[in-house]
Amino acid sequence: MTSGAGRVAGIRPAGDRAVLIELDDLDSVRRLHEELSRAHITGVADIVPGARTLLVIADRPHGTALAAAVRLARGPAAPSGGTAPPATVRLPIRYDGADLADVARRCGITVAEVIERHSRPRYTAAFLGLSPGFAYLVGLDPVLRLPRRDTPRTSVPAGAVAMASEFTGVYPRSSPGGWHLLGTVEERLWDLDRDPPALITAGVAVRFEPIA
Amino acid sequence: MIDVLAPGPYATIQDLGRPGYAHLGVPRSGAADERALTLANRLVGNPEGHAGIELTFGGARLRFADPAWIAVTGAPCPLYLAGRVAEMYAPVWVPAGAELVVGAPAAGLRTYLAVRGGVEVEAVLGSRSHDSLSGLGPPPLRPGDRLPVGVAGDRPITVDAVPGPAFPAAPVLGVLPGPREDWFTEEALRAFYGTPYEITPESNRVGVRLRGAALHRAREGEIPSEGMVTGAVQVPPDGRPIVFLPDHPPTGGYPVIGVLTSRALAVIAQLRPGDQVRFRPGGPGAR
Repeated sequence: MTSGAGRVAGIRPAGDRAVLIELDDLDSVRRLHEELSRAHITGVADIVPGARTLLVIADRPHGTALAAAVRLARGPAAPSGGTAPPATVRLPIRYDGADLADVARRCGITVAEVIERHSRPRYTAAFLGLSPGFAYLVGLDPVLRLPRRDTPRTSVPAGAVAMASEFTGVYPRSSPGGWHLLGTVEERLWDLDRDPPALITAGVAVRFEPIA
Repeated sequence: MIDVLAPGPYATIQDLGRPGYAHLGVPRSGAADERALTLANRLVGNPEGHAGIELTFGGARLRFADPAWIAVTGAPCPLYLAGRVAEMYAPVWVPAGAELVVGAPAAGLRTYLAVRGGVEVEAVLGSRSHDSLSGLGPPPLRPGDRLPVGVAGDRPITVDAVPGPAFPAAPVLGVLPGPREDWFTEEALRAFYGTPYEITPESNRVGVRLRGAALHRAREGEIPSEGMVTGAVQVPPDGRPIVFLPDHPPTGGYPVIGVLTSRALAVIAQLRPGDQVRFRPGGPGAR
């Protein structure tokens, strides 16, 4: 959408120092996130993308920063070409996950088909959460959609590639986890010596490339 | 250097947290009662955001290897410096080698100690706060830890003492509606704003978990994950509200019925398990 009128679906209050901007889809979230970040509005502390929203948090209550952010969001979108196309992160993956056979059984397909269906799409990082650097990737093949495991694992290794519901993702560090484990990547998803420390940020495209 | 002889039940280093990284999945973290930490810093002539020690249920023993100015604020505890009673809410001169003993708080939960120059452990992403959710920042204090103290700035110490805030037994806290108030039934809103809730022992720096009337939703389904603020009252499917404190996850999928005002946040951060609280709808400027 190029005109300002339609791109904001709604504005919801979120306390005395934040506002939740509702948008129609992921791509609108990505574009507005980029615009708001680039505007460097004084007093804005954080801009947090969600699946259909941007949360703008000010550094103090009752300031003018939120009104400025809302004005920008309601205004005309940056001209096409004003925002860069999303970058692509390629992750070589070894499909050696502990749940591979179980996932194949529950989906009623072969292990080879699970791998094929998981490695085919170009995913998009919708938002981050759960732990620093953990990106929720959307674009999962509907055949692979399973609810979370009944019993979460107490420890999932760093680099584990997993999926649940409509999402797939990579655990940046060893942590408890309830998703189905499909494989492993070697890349460090979270590295404090890198700027930004997260390898995958909201809006970027991600491809899993199977290692033979 | 400050030598930690005993940290008490739970003690961490806190400053004003890590703003600017929530979009990478990093909690804001920082002092649970910001008001108390910034006051302690002002009392010793520090910038408000210097790192100090956040004690939970007091109970700490610290030895100061070097002379220092300190100030203790937040939940009121008995203080003994080199065996003598010392004042809270005031700058206190600590001679080299003196030991500070912090007793258990008479009211409230979290007590803050600022030292002139600030606690200068290594910063991670611009902050020295321990984040209990992600593990970023210095770990919780243990006996034997040695905490470096920074160099004091030019700002003089100008105040002798300030009155401490009240710690009411059953406070009424202002809540601003939304962002997902429309997910709840009329009955749920009446219960939330009309009945008392109790702080449960499962509460921590991530969130205050409340026991009381369950809040039922007016609609089915889940919210696509969205950004969360400190003070948000999130309601999981069991209907028991959780008030997010600074180590909360930056995104979440449960609807938020309302958000505590910044003032109310400082109050709830000082409530202990078993304490009661009531909520009332607050407009702009609500206290």
